[in-house]
Amino acid sequence: MNSEGFLLNLILWLPLFGGLVLLWMGGGREAERMAARRWSLGITVVTFLLSLVLFLGFEPTATGFQFVTDIDWLAGLKYKLGVDGISILFVLLTTGIMPLVILASWDVDKRVAQYLAAFLILETLMIGVFVSLDLFLFYLFFEAGLIPMFIIIGVWGGGRRVYASFKFFLYTLLGSILMLIAMLWMANHTGTTDIEALLDWRFPSEPFEVMGIEITAGAQTLLWFAFFASFAVKMPMWPVHTWLPDAHVEAPTAGSVVLAAILLKLGGYGFLRFNLPMFPVASDQLATFVFALSVIAIVYTSLVALMQEDMKKLIAYSSVAHMGFVTMGIFAANQQGVDGAIFQMISHGFISGALFLSVGVIYDRMHTREIAAYGGLVTRMPVYATVFLLFTMANVGLPGTSGFVGEFLTMMGAFKANTFIAFVAATGVILSAGYALWLYRRVVFGVVTNPALEKIEDMTTREIVTIAPLVVATLYFGIDASAMIDVFSPAVSDLLQNYHAAVGAPADLLIQPGGGAVVESAASGSGH
Amino acid sequence: MENDAVIAFNEGSLNLLAAAPEAVLAIGSLALLMIGVFRQNVAGAQLVHWLTVGLLCFAGIVAYVGGVDTQYAFNGVFVSDGVSRFAKLFIFFGTAVTLILSRAYLLRANLMIFEFPVLVALAALGMSMMVSSADLIALYMGLELQSLSLYVLASFRRDSVRSTEAGLKYFVLGALSSGLLLFGMSFVYGAAVSTEFTRIAEVMALGERNVGMVIGLAFILAGLAFKISAAPFHMWTPDVYEGAPTPVTAFFATAPKMAAAVLMVRVLYDGFGPEAIPDWQQIVAFLAAASMLVGSIAAIGQTDIKRLMAYSSIGHMGFALVGMAAGTEAGARSVLVYLAIYMIMNLGVFAYILTMRRNGMAMTKIGDLAGLWQRDGFSALCLTILMFSLAGIPPLAGFWAKFYTFGAAVEAGLIWLLVIATVAAVISAFYYLRLIKIMVFDEAADEFDSPMGGEFRIVLGVSAAVMLFFVVGGLGITGMAENAAMIYAR
Repeated sequence: MNSEGFLLNLILWLPLFGGLVLLWMGGGREAERMAARRWSLGITVVTFLLSLVLFLGFEPTATGFQFVTDIDWLAGLKYKLGVDGISILFVLLTTGIMPLVILASWDVDKRVAQYLAAFLILETLMIGVFVSLDLFLFYLFFEAGLIPMFIIIGVWGGGRRVYASFKFFLYTLLGSILMLIAMLWMANHTGTTDIEALLDWRFPSEPFEVMGIEITAGAQTLLWFAFFASFAVKMPMWPVHTWLPDAHVEAPTAGSVVLAAILLKLGGYGFLRFNLPMFPVASDQLATFVFALSVIAIVYTSLVALMQEDMKKLIAYSSVAHMGFVTMGIFAANQQGVDGAIFQMISHGFISGALFLSVGVIYDRMHTREIAAYGGLVTRMPVYATVFLLFTMANVGLPGTSGFVGEFLTMMGAFKANTFIAFVAATGVILSAGYALWLYRRVVFGVVTNPALEKIEDMTTREIVTIAPLVVATLYFGIDASAMIDVFSPAVSDLLQNYHAAVGAPADLLIQPGGGAVVESAASGSGH
Repeated sequence: MENDAVIAFNEGSLNLLAAAPEAVLAIGSLALLMIGVFRQNVAGAQLVHWLTVGLLCFAGIVAYVGGVDTQYAFNGVFVSDGVSRFAKLFIFFGTAVTLILSRAYLLRANLMIFEFPVLVALAALGMSMMVSSADLIALYMGLELQSLSLYVLASFRRDSVRSTEAGLKYFVLGALSSGLLLFGMSFVYGAAVSTEFTRIAEVMALGERNVGMVIGLAFILAGLAFKISAAPFHMWTPDVYEGAPTPVTAFFATAPKMAAAVLMVRVLYDGFGPEAIPDWQQIVAFLAAASMLVGSIAAIGQTDIKRLMAYSSIGHMGFALVGMAAGTEAGARSVLVYLAIYMIMNLGVFAYILTMRRNGMAMTKIGDLAGLWQRDGFSALCLTILMFSLAGIPPLAGFWAKFYTFGAAVEAGLIWLLVIATVAAVISAFYYLRLIKIMVFDEAADEFDSPMGGEFRIVLGVSAAVMLFFVVGGLGITGMAENAAMIYAR
């Protein structure tokens, strides 16, 4: 292991170590609890600083993986880690959000040490997903993340926490085991589990029949669907999104932030790492299918969001809609689309995280998330009203905020791939303005009707400190978007080059889905 | 081939050294029986108890140092090789651990009599003969020695209606399955004119299928399916698990499962040989699918933790059979890894079940575990790890068990079976999660009697630690299983 690889390992395992120490320390008395909070804040901040060091050492113009660790592991598998332009930003997002998550849970009093330990362990597992370069190492991190999240929702959640935690766990598990079978097939077929090697592998795409149904891109289609099952649930895409509103509503504030800001990105990352580069022929043929689901998600869940009475549920549905832009951008399979999708994911990490933090701020005071219970907050909480306005606008996609860049780029990519889809998706922008502004009007403006609101206090220093980095990030990347895009765009163009080499036509010719000539040229030989 | 030379050299001779662990156990248990007879009091029984633990450990060491090279004994009806050595190691140590765990229970229930440890040792002897059999008659002898000891153990609480009922039920159904097995064996003997595995495999390799051979195969599989409690031959399991004294249930759920599964590998892989895979693969795959579904669906409605563990074991046997159905080296390896991990998980869970008492009464309802996290953080943490592991969630050992079996099945092209396994795994995850929910999410129920004995704490902790740290390098288990399964390399 070289010294660079050591740094990545340190970033990966430090939070887990911190979590185990916390479990060991316990937290009975108030002094111990405070120590536990400070300890976990320290660990997450150090992890973030280390990942900044990693980022400074990262060479964005180079394609391929950097900071690679490669050691033999159990059962012929490899312990292989590394980051490329796509994953490094997700690592930064994770390590950057976590200190805020710890700050947001400062007031939790129920079994503090275990609560914070669960988040620290979860951080290691999430970073692990983004940095693993072995199929099963990826699966391990991807799946293991269910355990702490299940416990966070189940123990520290709201009234229907048990229902929500079970739904979250079982939904995700079903998709994941299908992916496990596909991974085992791939390992058996290629003889390797190294993701770097698999990215260059051409999986067979000759059509064959299963029980009289023709599978048009052969094995690639089946593998594609197995991975899709897992990532679509995680993403979540319509129609398997129903676990998300339940999980969000019942999770504690910090849990919602992690869920929205980071865990939802695992699905999109999976699409970019597996579906698109490894099964290009199938991705190409099924792009229309994904477009259809994405557009339904954008329009339908926006409409559903309009009618929500619970703030968290509204934001959860709006997350599903925004993830629709991401899937649309990824499978548009052109530079703008994929760039936009990655940008949208990172920016949604800031915005949705901040929105859930904002809901948490008033929930902590009023202990209700019902929209009708609020109104006229602007008179009592001016700072809060400003912050909430900023993120509402960012959620709508106002130019100048990072939300705009992602939506604009994905729609541009989709426009090149399929004009009609881009047209329908654009209505989603209008709808999102509808529900977001309406929410804002009902909560912040108007007259104070609820007498309990008469004495509500504005944001505390801790709350402002928690949310301030997100304000800065949202505005900075809204103005200087290329600062972020330059990091991943070499990796994306490399990915797309391989993709089009496999599919056999440049992106602009792929407007017609399932074009026969395209498939034929790609079906030449498997493996090289 | 060097291996063939060794076989030729050893065949036709007694070669008692190959059966050294069995010799140690047989002579040792007879000696212990004598000690017990002459010292008929609780102190004497306790002495026999501890001596049996020592004897089993010693036999395990003898089995371990015996090496992995293939040796035949008793004119080729008994084989000592990597697979049998692996199985014996786990059987002996697993049995020793269950004996240690049962001590407190026996003392409380006034059952501390010397017959108990001796019967357990004899059962272990039977199991070790099962996993070493290279002949149908030897197989039957080992199986019956094991089964007869287990029947008695199931009804060991003679004054309890449930226990005697469990023993009788087990006996009647066990006798039926032995009958099926013998019936099948007679057909195979008729077709192959031999009971030796190598001869049967040679006949199978000729390629012509005698109807008698196939009927015999089906009946033998049915008989063995009874023993590993695979659906649809599983009906006895929940009742026997529930009725038998808890330490005996813990014993049933661990070592005999390993023995019966390895025996099945022996019969299918050695006995019928690679040529017969198409003949039995469908049957085993069906048993696997049925067991996984029955195990996972029927467990949902259970309220008694012993019954729940019974259905859980049916489901787990189904998953192990998924790997076995492959019929390859990877298949054999996956069965060994699966059963080893399964045994360790179950020992941990039963170690806790044995301590669940309130006011001196044994508690076996799932609801009694409510809010365990607030009452006993250590046990709750260990049990939570074990439950996630039983559900097969990575990075815990239970995931790796499934990883190996699924991998073997993918290699053999049994994708349809894996789709069923997927569904079953998700359903079974539900009831393991329900246990976690009860322990971790719910409000605390009344405390159990304290303190929990040190031996239970250690077994529970070690078992959870194995689940947690398996991911580091397989803890030597995978390496051993890989070496052991090499005899099936083609």
